[in-house]
Amino acid sequence: MTNVEAGVMDQELRSFESALLALDRQAVEARLDRLLERTDRIAAVEGLVIPILESVGERWERGELALSQVYMCGRLCERAVDRILPPADPRRSDQPPTAIAVLEDHHLLGKRMVYSALRARGFEVKDYGRRTVASLTEAVETDAIEVLMVSVLMLPSALRVRDLRQRLDELPRPPHLIVGGAPFLFDDELAAAVGADAVGRNSADGISLLAAYCDAAGRDGASGGSGGNGASGGSEPAPHTGRQI
Amino acid sequence: MSPGMSSMQRVLTTLGHQEPDRVPLFLLVTMHGARELGVPLREYFHDPALIAEGQLRLRARYGDDCLYGFLYAPLEVEARGGDVVWVDDGPANSGEPILRRPEDIRDLQPLRVADAAPLGRALTAIELMKERVADEAPIVGVVMSPFSLPVMQMGFDAYIELMYERPELFERLMQVNIESCVDWANAQLAAGATAICYFDPVSASDITPPERYEQWGGAVARQTLARIQGPTATHFASGRCLPIVPEVAETGTAVVGVSAHEELGRLKAACAGRLSVLGNLNGIEMCRWTPEEARAAVRAAIAAAGPGGGFILSDNHGEIPLQVADETLQEIVAATREYGRYPLTEASGG
Repeated sequence: MTNVEAGVMDQELRSFESALLALDRQAVEARLDRLLERTDRIAAVEGLVIPILESVGERWERGELALSQVYMCGRLCERAVDRILPPADPRRSDQPPTAIAVLEDHHLLGKRMVYSALRARGFEVKDYGRRTVASLTEAVETDAIEVLMVSVLMLPSALRVRDLRQRLDELPRPPHLIVGGAPFLFDDELAAAVGADAVGRNSADGISLLAAYCDAAGRDGASGGSGGNGASGGSEPAPHTGRQI
Repeated sequence: MSPGMSSMQRVLTTLGHQEPDRVPLFLLVTMHGARELGVPLREYFHDPALIAEGQLRLRARYGDDCLYGFLYAPLEVEARGGDVVWVDDGPANSGEPILRRPEDIRDLQPLRVADAAPLGRALTAIELMKERVADEAPIVGVVMSPFSLPVMQMGFDAYIELMYERPELFERLMQVNIESCVDWANAQLAAGATAICYFDPVSASDITPPERYEQWGGAVARQTLARIQGPTATHFASGRCLPIVPEVAETGTAVVGVSAHEELGRLKAACAGRLSVLGNLNGIEMCRWTPEEARAAVRAAIAAAGPGGGFILSDNHGEIPLQVADETLQEIVAATREYGRYPLTEASGG
């Protein structure tokens, strides 16, 4: 990319983010459409939507944006991407079977935000809604889920991940387990303590962690992978590391 | 300095931005009362006599500076017919939202406190506590702010979309909730509560933008707190509030409950003379604290916010998890007595 092209792209990113934070859906779609005149759909998603979702997540981490803004940005991005990359698009294929669920709690915002971000990134994800340990384990086995993302709100639910981990480890192919939610934000050691393989602190982390898994497992991931081309050779991610990014 | 102050004197002195005999400690334990009495959580919270007895026994055990009239977060939703989900090792949670569609807000009416049995349980518990403690220690009543309650009434995602996209329904919901909240708070004060803790996590700056506080949570707080006939403390339940401290002070609240994610010293400075600070021991980490870690956390908090009064040591969320061990709570109490004695010195943490 030349300096001129990089400058143009930077300008595009800034105006796209402004439109998102202003919750201006028409402007969001118009800026995406304008980019589509110069590039293909996948490049548009990777060049515009993903960097903005990552930026929004980082700004929330730094206290510059509020959760409500992150949520609304994710919803707008999800709708915009669905317009140009429908759920059945074959380019969403060759992804590890992935599912997301809320463990026990009835409040689904965190899961919804991660789900929106993953879909905006082009990942196809099964939404299991609210589950108990038993029903979630059963669904994972039935659907041969390879990556399981679990969101919790309350501390007892976070501690229940330990039971979930034990049940999952009894399956023939235990899934890679990524956790997130408020209790994990207040204790850096909690995810490892309950046996998670990774913890996400915001919805953009969900994208990074899933993309990293795809890289490590030699899967293409969504729309060609973020920084990974599926050529890394099929090594399985190390389980139970409680890795935090 | 007045040695041998009662808890009430200690708290009132610090709220007057003066130094009492020591830093007051609000050990906001709720579920531990059930453990103390050996009864399941659900049974405990359905019996006002057990709740009052649990609070009194916990205070006898730990010697902290308040009794807590908080039962569980979804109490006000339960009073409207909502489901409560009980677990045996944590706080009750709200079930499916009672407002299925935003349009249901049009038919919503203010809650009649006198007709709501779940609220009656809390009122009776407060009355029983008041009979026993009189004016020796404050009894803290609790309301969910009209601005934060909709998370349980309609679900967090639907509520965020309502705030941004349906301003007329949002406003209608706020007006209904304000009426209910004012009546509920005043009923607790009439029952014997000394002050009302106004839980408002959705107004926290990491949930809604600070620049919206004046228009959203702050506007609702100003309308609500002005009609509550007693002192109030605004608690952000682990959420950040530093960017909105000046606006929070304008709502008429006396105390602000702050997050473990914020620097206590900066918050104290921002609040100086206008608001007292309540916080901010990390309740989640507290579950695994060693005695040394508990003492260090208490000492650091007192050093940061204790000087000059205007500070009550507490957890950062407004409810200590059931998983926090008795030994840890005892260590927090002992460290508060050791490091929190006024005048604070370098050795004591000040």
